[in-house]
Amino acid sequence: MVSSNTELAYNSKIEGEVVVSRADAVINWIRSNSMWPMPMGLACCAIELMGTAASRFDIARFGAEVMRFSPRQSDCMIVAGTVTYKMATAVRRIYDQMAAPKWVIAMGACASTGGMYRSYSVLQGVDRIVPVDVYISGCPPRPEALLDALMKLQAKVKREPSAKNLLSA
Amino acid sequence: MSAPADATSALQERFPQVTERASLDHPAVNVPVAEVLAVLKYLRDEFAFDMLVDLTAVDWAEGVLPRFTVVYHLLSTTRHVYIRVAANCSGDDAAPIAPSVVSLWPGANWHERECFDMFGIKFEGHPDLRRILMWDGYPYHPLRKEFPLAGIETVLPDPEIAEETKTKVIASPMAGGPFVATAGEMNLTEAEPRAKDESWSEQREKPE
Repeated sequence: MVSSNTELAYNSKIEGEVVVSRADAVINWIRSNSMWPMPMGLACCAIELMGTAASRFDIARFGAEVMRFSPRQSDCMIVAGTVTYKMATAVRRIYDQMAAPKWVIAMGACASTGGMYRSYSVLQGVDRIVPVDVYISGCPPRPEALLDALMKLQAKVKREPSAKNLLSA
Repeated sequence: MSAPADATSALQERFPQVTERASLDHPAVNVPVAEVLAVLKYLRDEFAFDMLVDLTAVDWAEGVLPRFTVVYHLLSTTRHVYIRVAANCSGDDAAPIAPSVVSLWPGANWHERECFDMFGIKFEGHPDLRRILMWDGYPYHPLRKEFPLAGIETVLPDPEIAEETKTKVIASPMAGGPFVATAGEMNLTEAEPRAKDESWSEQREKPE
């Protein structure tokens, strides 16, 4: 008599020491759940970024609590604040120093578009110098908005053809 | 030590070219630019104006002569009085000249650098007159009257990054702005900063 499988999870006694999956799924699962941010805090948005990292909102729930101040150790640059032209070159250099794969979140109105600073000194959107994956509206955005952006970025990473990219690189 | 009103009259006695300047708050004087260093030194040493609170400049617009005025705000920390000293710059429009007061107050150093950066005023005798806010090599002085708020197209500070990103410093899109909040009592939604001319935006072309 055949009985239905009541096992809810992987059972090594039944299935042996083998897990079958897709390389993309495994790689993306690892990447998206330990997204170490590079906090590019340039203005008041950085305060909300700190709030997001602190206990009330707790970005650790999404595996992104390890704020790395070294671009070599981070995966996701969060540009939080007004980017002036003078700072833009530094932002780009730091982005260049990050190891691939890397992603960028433009946090807030200023980082996304220049915001209220329609001015001679302010870069009109950080996407003019680095490729942005997720934009967040708000001035500054609530921590929930940043967490939502992080979840959207995780969803985006999970759709990437990582194995193909790695093999073709 | 004498009262602040005395500072003005004592100044006029000693430097006959000093005139009183219209002021709504503190005593203020106009000083010829050649004498400004001596006047400030006199105020600092004899009237205990030991603190340079602010050093800034006024651009009276193109074609006005003299075009630039440097303004010094002094405070006496012992007598708790202020005085304002203004001097019209010498030199031409492209390179107005004023003497540096770093020798009197070392704190004037960055003030003068900012003033040079924003107005292009050359402070003679400054130990290190470089730009302080904009980057070295930026071709304009942004607080001059002829400079538009949106800016003027030029190249990024770093040629390598300019090459890689193909990005320039652009005149920012004003989209009907500048955006200003209306003063007075009203609810917060209406008090949001709005463009003075809302007939055009990023979506709608500006009517000719």
